[in-house]
Amino acid sequence: MYGWVGTVLRVNLTTGRITKEATDPQDAKRFLGARGLGSKVFSDEVDPKVDPLSPENKLIFAPGPFSGTFAPSGGRYEVVTKGPLTGTIAASNSGGSFGPEMKYAGYDMVIFEGKAPKPVYLWIKDDKVELKDASHIWGKQVPNTSDALRAETDEEAKVACIGPAGENMVLFASIMNDMHRAAGRSGVGAVMGSKNLKAVVVMGTGAVKVADPSAFTAAVMKAREGVKNHPVGGAGLKAYGTDVLVNILNETGALPTKNFRDGYFPTANKTGGESLAETQLVRPKGCYSCVISCGRVTRVANPKFASSGEGPEYEAAWSMGADCGVDDLDAIVKTNYLCNEYGLDSITLGATIACAMDLFEAGHITLKDTGGLDLHFGNAESLLEATRLTGQGEGFGKLLGKGSYRLAEAFGHPEFSMSVKKQEMPAYDPRGVQGIGLNYATSNRGGCHVRGYTISVEVLGCGAKLDPHVTAEKPQWVKIFQDLTAAIDSSGACLFGTFGMTGEDFAAMLTALTGVTYTLDDYLKTGERIWNLERNFNLKAGFTNADDTLPERLLKCPIATGPSKGEVNHLAEMLPEYYKLRGWDENGVPTQEKLKDLALV
Amino acid sequence: MTKVLMIHPDKCTGCHNCTLACSYGHESQFRAAATRVHVYTWEREGFSVPMMCQQCDEASCMKVCPTGALSRAKGADLVEYNRAKCIGCRMCTMACPFGNAVYDGVSGAILKCDQCDGSPECVKFCPSKALEFIDDSISTRSRKKAFAAKFKAAIQEV
Repeated sequence: MYGWVGTVLRVNLTTGRITKEATDPQDAKRFLGARGLGSKVFSDEVDPKVDPLSPENKLIFAPGPFSGTFAPSGGRYEVVTKGPLTGTIAASNSGGSFGPEMKYAGYDMVIFEGKAPKPVYLWIKDDKVELKDASHIWGKQVPNTSDALRAETDEEAKVACIGPAGENMVLFASIMNDMHRAAGRSGVGAVMGSKNLKAVVVMGTGAVKVADPSAFTAAVMKAREGVKNHPVGGAGLKAYGTDVLVNILNETGALPTKNFRDGYFPTANKTGGESLAETQLVRPKGCYSCVISCGRVTRVANPKFASSGEGPEYEAAWSMGADCGVDDLDAIVKTNYLCNEYGLDSITLGATIACAMDLFEAGHITLKDTGGLDLHFGNAESLLEATRLTGQGEGFGKLLGKGSYRLAEAFGHPEFSMSVKKQEMPAYDPRGVQGIGLNYATSNRGGCHVRGYTISVEVLGCGAKLDPHVTAEKPQWVKIFQDLTAAIDSSGACLFGTFGMTGEDFAAMLTALTGVTYTLDDYLKTGERIWNLERNFNLKAGFTNADDTLPERLLKCPIATGPSKGEVNHLAEMLPEYYKLRGWDENGVPTQEKLKDLALV
Repeated sequence: MTKVLMIHPDKCTGCHNCTLACSYGHESQFRAAATRVHVYTWEREGFSVPMMCQQCDEASCMKVCPTGALSRAKGADLVEYNRAKCIGCRMCTMACPFGNAVYDGVSGAILKCDQCDGSPECVKFCPSKALEFIDDSISTRSRKKAFAAKFKAAIQEV
């Protein structure tokens, strides 16, 4: 095979049996790899009603066809499972060099089944694969785990692992690779912990072959040129990282503030990418085959929070910043390090603490509930301590570790949770940016921006410039973004590549690499097929159109201050048209014609 | 004047585009293990350094090669590798003080930078200008000038 490397590894953790099978060329063609192919295999093999933390759930690591090649920023892999935070199908992707290394070792996918009787890790060295005892590293944080595993395997091996949060089954635990990169959302790390699987360590010396080398080089050069000449992809992200968005969103009046009580944060600038570049940034960093380098190597000199590591991304700087009413960037950067070290999703972590602060200020929880932790908005020390408690699974942290929905529900006020399908929405207020609200409501993994990033056209003006406050045309944009993103994720590419690369670029590279012809229409249709596959899984898991909604606060309580003052989200105006455009019935169920058209029946 | 491949670790983002371009340029496939430029990353510090043949004036690899498989044309900078003459004794891999001559078990050949016939692929694909193919006499100019600018700023402040 070209692009794909042809082998799927299956590891039964209960029995310790490890087997190899061929990658199905038809499925690969129709679902690409990573999120798509992983979801196809997952939904074929796993009962949608499975308890996410039971041995019957499976956990799939899958790079895409681009991974391991120099397709620009194409070195990603995806973790597919049923997410414990949401109960939906989950696919969380991550960069670094772990995905490409899996390909060099010869695998398009590793499927974990069952549950190991004691802590283990998987050591893959090309065709030699073994489960090894991990009892001695259980309990260690991510950096020490990574170093310890390299010391006992190979000093250049790539490590994907969980920290204490995954072991404790925090419902939003991440899987970390290359020490600082996260498959962050939906609690994929908790599934890994539930299986007693501490890490996957990989080393590969094989090759990824190319069907048409000269056409591939030409397509890659063209795509690279597009990114280089793009103001966001070619300059902005390297200079300021994703955190450059803080000021942009605040000026749009769509920077959710204090658990979405507002959409404008007066001191937001203190937490933005420009401030980060001035104070904490050491140098930019790129993932494998990246041409953008949005990664931030950072250091905090302030003795109170002194430490070093990577990040934060915009979403983390927002969740720990504006959403918690905190404008101390040193504290935010340090909190982000804690997330990486414990293995916590930095979006849900910050948003859950914001929810706790909101409940605290409203008097629904008290110092007695928090164990003495003062949770007023803006308290940076409490933000840090709450994060530590969550990572360690101590005291009030045990409740925080269940995410904002279960936390707020425990105190009788689930409406305080700013989540969709129990996953916290990220840093774009749907009252100030209408289309992103429709995307959150319909995303197949709950509140999530990277399933359909309409911010590109609603705020940044990339590709088109739409009025963020209107609903017209938004359903069709949401559908296009969702389908294109599903295809990009499934190729193993980074979504940020779209800051400069077009759908045609992705299709041309994929065609030359794999030898399978993909036109732009084919590529989008592949994305649509993947979207419908995920939707079907969620429907079978018990979700209905009633779950395609937003928290009441966003539909009824207007933004209080700033440029979007007075706005609410008009989801009801968009949802029916969206269902129609998708070829779904009025209940949001894909019609037989649509499924036939996508060859899903 | 000859050209040298200059490495600027301070600009390296650790993206491995050089690794990929090198292996692809030589084999039309992506076999990172067959690269002639290796990037080492210290994850805790987030620091990366690309390593490749320095084409030494006094090249140890050339001196120890018993068959003349490693040689330099008169007046040239490049240490050339002639596969046909190589007996695979790996003496060069032992002699290179940088570890930049590597034996590849798959092809049975020595992997060392050949500067891609005067147009290095790694340089072409580096998005950060961490690798430069530049006249040897001015190879450190940009670095020296960047430091000079710091002096300038400091003195102007006084």
